[in-house]
Amino acid sequence: MNAPIELQPDETFILNVGPQHPATHGVLRVKMEMNGEYIVEAETVIGYIHRMHEKMGEVKTYPQYLMNLSRMDYLGALGYSHGHVLLVEKASGIEVPERAEYIRAIMVELNRVSSHLFWFGAFVMDLGGFSPLMYALQDREHILDMLEAVTGSRLTYCYFRFGGVYNDVDDEFISSARRFIPRMRKSLKKYHKLVTGNVIFRKRLEGIAPVSQEMCRKYGASSAVARGSGINFDVRKNEPYSVYPEFDFDVPVFHECDSLARYNVRMEEIEQSLRIIEQGLDKLPDGPIMPKKKPKIIKPPAGDYYQAVETARGSFGIRLVSDGGKIPYRLKLRSPTYSNMHLFDEACRGMMIMDALAFMGSLDLVIPEIDR
Amino acid sequence: MSLTLLNVIVAVVIAIGFAALNAAYLVWAERRGAARIQRRPGPNINGPWGLLQPPLDGIKLMAKQLIIPGGADKILFIVAPVLAMFPAIMSFVTIPFSETIVAKNMNVGVLMIFAFASTGSMALVFAGWSSRNKYAMMSSVRAVSQAVAYEIPMLITTITVVMIAGSMDLMEIVRQQSGSFLHWNIFPLLGNSHNILMPISFLIFFTCTLAETNRAPFDLGEAESELVAGFHTEYGSMGFGLFFMGEYANIVIGSCLTTILFLGGWNAPLPFLSFIPGVFWFLLKLYLLIATFIWIRWTFPRTTIYGLLNLSWKILIPLSLFNLLFTAGLLKVF
Repeated sequence: MNAPIELQPDETFILNVGPQHPATHGVLRVKMEMNGEYIVEAETVIGYIHRMHEKMGEVKTYPQYLMNLSRMDYLGALGYSHGHVLLVEKASGIEVPERAEYIRAIMVELNRVSSHLFWFGAFVMDLGGFSPLMYALQDREHILDMLEAVTGSRLTYCYFRFGGVYNDVDDEFISSARRFIPRMRKSLKKYHKLVTGNVIFRKRLEGIAPVSQEMCRKYGASSAVARGSGINFDVRKNEPYSVYPEFDFDVPVFHECDSLARYNVRMEEIEQSLRIIEQGLDKLPDGPIMPKKKPKIIKPPAGDYYQAVETARGSFGIRLVSDGGKIPYRLKLRSPTYSNMHLFDEACRGMMIMDALAFMGSLDLVIPEIDR
Repeated sequence: MSLTLLNVIVAVVIAIGFAALNAAYLVWAERRGAARIQRRPGPNINGPWGLLQPPLDGIKLMAKQLIIPGGADKILFIVAPVLAMFPAIMSFVTIPFSETIVAKNMNVGVLMIFAFASTGSMALVFAGWSSRNKYAMMSSVRAVSQAVAYEIPMLITTITVVMIAGSMDLMEIVRQQSGSFLHWNIFPLLGNSHNILMPISFLIFFTCTLAETNRAPFDLGEAESELVAGFHTEYGSMGFGLFFMGEYANIVIGSCLTTILFLGGWNAPLPFLSFIPGVFWFLLKLYLLIATFIWIRWTFPRTTIYGLLNLSWKILIPLSLFNLLFTAGLLKVF
């Protein structure tokens, strides 16, 4: 790549990428100061799909707020609900039956695989290859069908309850999930042959858009962005919750810091999620899915509570300040994409627009989750 | 005199008809092919196998309003889509489909096709400039550098073939490749060239055709994930339709030229098969090449602009220049 010529400030022009642009996958607007095809300065402008989820948390009772979490991130909705129910259970001391915990873990991991599959397709589409999206969507369809049969919805699930889950899994789900695992492994091999080994694909990602560890720490990046830069951090391992300590899985870490490393982390995560699902199906105990004793009205005692979970997009934190009432005093959501996205302003300086948009794809942005 | 005039009119009508029909139905073929590759049905509602889709699309596009954005250069804005379609149609006039089916053969056929092909990139420049859209502008700047970079190796490779044939006459070039398929220019052994680098020449020419027609993986002019729709971002109605059809007409021309220069034109692959009319073999080779175009588009991601320019200036141009010198030397020796 050749370096751009230095230009005076009045010789550059402003390019508005978004809020309606095919590469931003939603209503994100990036104001770019351009020098030809090179980016001099970029500024991400958010807020086009702000829906006041945090404020809604302060006016809705705990059960009423359950469905809000799945509207935040429409691709990996169950992970966010998981954080919320874990937090409220911790705050009000509700015991969760073991079977429900396992079902939750299996569901969340299935949802993570489906989210990563969609990301994979959309990312390759950002690079101009359209066919992998169709293949990925067909694999994702299997997951959505499974989840639909159990949870009743395909995208914005409201499946978890305080104390358990609302619907038990049946034999059909279990056999379908068992069929899915070898199918997905076969597909992964195909994706690696079709996409990962492709010379154009590798040339577009290798060494492009380096994100240093310092930058990750500065912006609080998590998920594949941090793990692609050599930071071994996964909430499931570092701050274990639910039944995750009982599963044997690895946290993929790559040290190249480039877009390809972020891609590799996510592809490897699909495999690790499959391992968790496999073990979860083997270990799934019998028993109830809701606790026998559960308070009729959820009223956590006054205090300050925090729960972090690893969602498909990174570490999602949820903080609850309760005054002992039916309604939270404050509910703060720390969404991972918000932190991951703000890297973009700094990291894309001096990049060409096509590399910058490929880099944006590798961050795995879901805009409604940033704006909440 | 009146007979010649009639001839010209018939030839032009046939050329336009062939180009337009091909452009329309290649869109259909592309959509069906892409659907086949992506395991989905594709257009299959209108008519048998969706065959009525192209005319219906045409009617839909014509029924739309042609919006000229405020501040746009009106004349260039309207001229650009016409200019995208016109060189392709003109080039059909000189392409020989068989020994007898050719509208007007001329002894500088190769030169004429290249002359018209280079007007094609003017359409992209006009469209990008006149739209007053930053994305369209960036796209047309890309298109210019791409056209410059890829016309050079393409021309050098063509000169290699012209040197072997000793003629710029397309029919003469095809006639020299008669015999079995081993006499075609792509195969080095029995042909006139004895040049073992001819398969590489073919690959260079094919790659350049991909780049010249703005096809994936070199579709930087209309990179939809970066530049929205590139140079035709502001076009609606038949303006967009003409750009769309022009792209396919250019693919047909590029494939025709590849068939003629490297794959023996209308010659049968084996001598005993020559009882089948030559036009069949020509169209078979032509559509196989086009199928390869479609296949490549739906398999590969897009390259970057600097990757594209590096490929041309650092690899294709030196290679094709070397090949030219090598062929010249061989022709002197044999």
